[in-house]
Amino acid sequence: MAKKIKLGHVHLSGCTGCLVSLADNNLGLIKILDDYADLVYSLTLADVRHIPEMDVALVEGSVCIQDHESVEEIKETRKKAKIVVALGSCSSYGNITRFSRGGQHNQPQHESFLPIGDLIDVDLYIPGCPPSPELIRNVAVMAYLLLEGNEDQKALAGKYLKPLMDLAKRGTTGCFCDLMNEVINQGLCMGCGTCAASCPVRAITYEFGKPQGERDLCIKCGSCYGACPRSFFNFEVMDEFEEISELIAGALK
Amino acid sequence: MISDPYLGKYITCVSARSTDKEILKKAQDGGIATTLMVYALEEGIIDGTIVAGEGDRPWEPKPVVAMSREDILKAQGTKYSISPQISWLKEATRSFGLDKVGVTGVCCQMQAVRKAQLYPINMRDVPGKVALTVGLFCMENFPYKSLQTIVEDHAAQSLGSVKKMEITKGKFWVHTERGNVATVPLKATHKYEQPGCHVCLDYVSNLGDISTGSVGSPEGWSTVFIRTKKGNEVWSKAVAAGMFETKPIEDVKPGLELLTKLAKEKIDKNRKTLEERRNFGVNKALRDPYA
Repeated sequence: MAKKIKLGHVHLSGCTGCLVSLADNNLGLIKILDDYADLVYSLTLADVRHIPEMDVALVEGSVCIQDHESVEEIKETRKKAKIVVALGSCSSYGNITRFSRGGQHNQPQHESFLPIGDLIDVDLYIPGCPPSPELIRNVAVMAYLLLEGNEDQKALAGKYLKPLMDLAKRGTTGCFCDLMNEVINQGLCMGCGTCAASCPVRAITYEFGKPQGERDLCIKCGSCYGACPRSFFNFEVMDEFEEISELIAGALK
Repeated sequence: MISDPYLGKYITCVSARSTDKEILKKAQDGGIATTLMVYALEEGIIDGTIVAGEGDRPWEPKPVVAMSREDILKAQGTKYSISPQISWLKEATRSFGLDKVGVTGVCCQMQAVRKAQLYPINMRDVPGKVALTVGLFCMENFPYKSLQTIVEDHAAQSLGSVKKMEITKGKFWVHTERGNVATVPLKATHKYEQPGCHVCLDYVSNLGDISTGSVGSPEGWSTVFIRTKKGNEVWSKAVAAGMFETKPIEDVKPGLELLTKLAKEKIDKNRKTLEERRNFGVNKALRDPYA
């Protein structure tokens, strides 16, 4: 067994749903922590007070810019982590925290929340509200292969992670509008139905065979765009779906 | 494992026909997709399957989570308008409580399922619960209003009276309940195609566990690609159980030659479309979904 990577969970303004999703890998998480990664930082699961050096930081939640500590914490995370992953939609896109207007007791002035990409460079997004346990698992296994695997495994992990890294480069806003702007308006939508399945608030229905978003319901999580087969579709990975699925399942046995 | 640039990866390819008389009566071709899903359901390989059922208007498909033979049979036959099948993919594992989900769909929907499995963005439980996917060959699809235009304006038939639609031998065929047969040359139907289909680089559902369609096999039979270990296991069991008659694809006409020709036509044409999109405006490109 090659050496384990150092994994951390940084908790900003999020609901802990992302962490619960991580934990929902159940025995898969135990296996990851046994063989592939040490959890070196996690407010909920590890007794460590200050952000240590990490290989991969999974950041949950957006940053409240009126909260000095949060701002320092995300900057510190960028300095200490080789790979910063925005875990979930608040961290990636702001998500439901975009709708904050402040006024919450006992810090009513905490009103402005930004996705972490507005304050630091982010390497990879795992969108979702909450992100699925399986995607977190896949990224964890692939990050391990990227850092500690052999040449072939590094190449595979690089190919697998690339679209999620591209999402991080693409921007910090997510919305049903992305489907309009980047898919439907671009003449790329074929009405497969994926976006409706991925929407956590069932805001997407079909009009003339194309997705129609209920704009008042959309929570700006960006899942629909990420899930759409016409946002990214990397044949070199998808064509190997059987082998890659087996590899991940094998790694977690 | 055979790997073909146009037909994808597959373990074997055969020509086949269902042995189920009731299914064959209403089958588009060899009744493969329906028989496979019914077999998988009865054997407990799946506990439900997403099919293209009947929508509110005639020939408007609607995705349905079918959990019985009757429901699967209700979805028989090709509808040339797309059914947003994948919209039920997660819900099948939630409100429907399925642990082993079957999915039938066209090429892009097989791609969607694999993406949902490898990159499950808000697709909790989907990766492990997709138990069997049967992909259909697909050249392109028509929006419902396009279908209406073709059948009602070009073929001059009422959609409600149509028994079967078919695209074969260069024509769009409309068969009515009273026995009328009207055709429209495909030259006239091309412009009504769904634009999103024109960037699709898959003709024979390369990413299904099993994929099937009429092209390559004689009338009343279907060409079947067995692609994955899971597909192979289910197919072998179904054939052993006498669900299908099969012939080696090499022994039937027109065979893989025609299939390869059509696959190449579609994919080359769509590659050209992608190329044209790169220079669509003046120094402005349309988005490349594969970049």
